[in-house]
Amino acid sequence: MSVLVYIESKNNKPKKNSAEVISYGKELANKLSCELTVLTINIDESTELNKYGPDKILKISDNSLNIFDAKKFADIIFQAANKFSISHVILNGGVDSKYLAPMLAVKFQAGYVSNVIDLPSKLEPFTVRRTSFSNKSFCDASIVSDKKIISISNNSFGSLENPSTPEIIDFKPNVIESGLKQESLDSAKDQITIADADVVVSAGRGLKGPENWGIIEELADTLGAATACSKPVSDLGWRPHSEHVGQTGKPVSTNLYIAIGISGAIQHLAGVSSSKVKVVINTDPEAPFFKAADYGIVGDAFEVVPKLNEKLKAFKAENN
Amino acid sequence: MKILVCISCVPDTTSKINFTNNDTEFDTNGVQFVINPNDEFGLTRAMWFKEKDGAAVDVINVGEQTNDSVLRKSLAIGADKALRINSKATDSFQVASYIANYAKENSYDLIIAGRESIDYNGSMVPGMISEMLDISFVTNCVGLEIENGTATAEREIEGGKETLKCKLPLIIGGQKGLVEESDLKIPNMRGIMQARQKPLTVIEPSEIKIKTTTNKFYRPEEKKEITMINSDDLDRLIDLLHNEAKVI
Ligand SMILES: Cc1cc2nc3c(=O)[nH]c(=O)nc-3n(C[C@H](O)[C@H](O)[C@H](O)COP(=O)(O)OP(=O)(O)OC[C@H]3O[C@@H](n4cnc5c(N)ncnc54)[C@H](O)[C@@H]3O)c2cc1C
Ligand SMILES: Nc1ncnc2c1ncn2[C@@H]1O[C@H](COP(=O)(O)O)[C@@H](O)[C@H]1O
Repeated sequence: MSVLVYIESKNNKPKKNSAEVISYGKELANKLSCELTVLTINIDESTELNKYGPDKILKISDNSLNIFDAKKFADIIFQAANKFSISHVILNGGVDSKYLAPMLAVKFQAGYVSNVIDLPSKLEPFTVRRTSFSNKSFCDASIVSDKKIISISNNSFGSLENPSTPEIIDFKPNVIESGLKQESLDSAKDQITIADADVVVSAGRGLKGPENWGIIEELADTLGAATACSKPVSDLGWRPHSEHVGQTGKPVSTNLYIAIGISGAIQHLAGVSSSKVKVVINTDPEAPFFKAADYGIVGDAFEVVPKLNEKLKAFKAENN
Repeated sequence: MKILVCISCVPDTTSKINFTNNDTEFDTNGVQFVINPNDEFGLTRAMWFKEKDGAAVDVINVGEQTNDSVLRKSLAIGADKALRINSKATDSFQVASYIANYAKENSYDLIIAGRESIDYNGSMVPGMISEMLDISFVTNCVGLEIENGTATAEREIEGGKETLKCKLPLIIGGQKGLVEESDLKIPNMRGIMQARQKPLTVIEPSEIKIKTTTNKFYRPEEKKEITMINSDDLDRLIDLLHNEAKVI
């Protein structure tokens, strides 16, 4: 029995949520009294991972893997799992990991549970809690097959320091052919994405038009936050579709979600309810979002947001 | 071109989520079931392939008889044939196996599924089918064109978009963007009449072992009271976020 954690990378560095999946893997390995192995693909410098307690780090360096390909990556994780007698594979909630996970599940003949928010409550049968009904509820799911895969919902577990001195193993997998060829990639390099962000600043139709998003972007900038929006805002073309959050858009599970000029329709709330702390700024004291938030301000976004931004800037200057 | 659209039947997005039977089952009382929104985009995209290239479009669901009305709606929207694999869908691996087995025998060029179902939110079934059939898979798919047996698919990634090319057969996990919401096809009277004549075939599956079970549901904890802050007192908000919530 052994636990394998696969971490995603960006620009040859571990993605921020790596700390969380490794911490989870460590706690699980402790519960199972087994080793924790971390698999990295094209990550140059891995010492920061040692903080979270891996026993082994499998390092793959291969230029043909610089472009993410779910099929190839799933196969590599499968090879690593076989070679190192892995029983449990842990993935994060990023789009790439969730893309490869179901393929890996079939190869590995493993039961797979996604959107997991906690350590197993039971090991026999292996039972974990996950979100369901687009965050409107939770459920306990059991994996009844020998091999198990779970993906952790971002920001649900946090990170725990548990320093170790792992054995570093150079791993040279066989890279399979994939039928998919990347034609082009169009991605904002330095932008903070919703999935990576600790804070999300989100705005709705209350902002009246795309020309007014300057105050939202400035506030996001001050907080190091990603920007997001409600569905009508992306439907109207005011903001890109990739910013649409909610039941039919992206789920948001950040530490802080600031909703500005968003009414709080049930479909919007469904997608953001697993965020820890929610702040609502709205002119209408009856807006349903106030019932689902932690802190509320009744006020006009065009007055409140710039003022809040100034004050936050001063606060950040003092506290950094 | 032969297209198979996977349809998951889900509670309407405004449904109250309640449970029965000691919180082990979703309470369907008074709930309206609809085509999973992500599948709705895929179904409309399939209709465009039908209109443009004369593609044949089948829809498939793994579920119980209560789903037939949703399948009829898919036929009214324009699908040619509906298939229901008669089994309560409880495990994604089993659902994917049933669909993959059916697809294997009926060789489709394109299988369209959704990025995720809005009830289970697994993001599992299409990826599993792709591996079972050993065909290409693009999820979070926000654009799809097909020419001479080659597909160009756009995938939404964190902070951007990726364009991928592959030969058919292909399976996608679709979402909004595949077609726009304003373009979604809804059944008209003629479609509804025609749907009555179209075949809805029920298939009894040979048992496939499950790998996961869902045991018990929980409602989210009651939210604590909201703290209202005067818009003239933003320092208080910053103080609370820093000292009480500890998020800044
Ligand atoms: C099947 C389905 C799926 C859906 N999925 C989603 C989804 O995933 N995500 C989503 O967001 N929506 C979704 N919706 C849409 C949802 O029902 C709401 O229509 C939508 O969330 C409303 O967006 P909004 O709050 O930006 O706009 P509105 O409802 O128009 O609200 C605007 C708010 O701004 C406030 N306001 C106005 N002026 C100001 C000002 N100057 N300062 C501050 N506040 C101001 C108003 O009081 C109001 O509360 C879905 C709907 C359906 C039917
Ligand atoms: N019971 C089912 N019958 C047919 N298709 C399904 C079923 N469950 C899931 N799917 C398809 O798989 C997609 C992803 O579902 P899920 O893996 O549950 O998130 C859905 O959008 C459907 O296209």
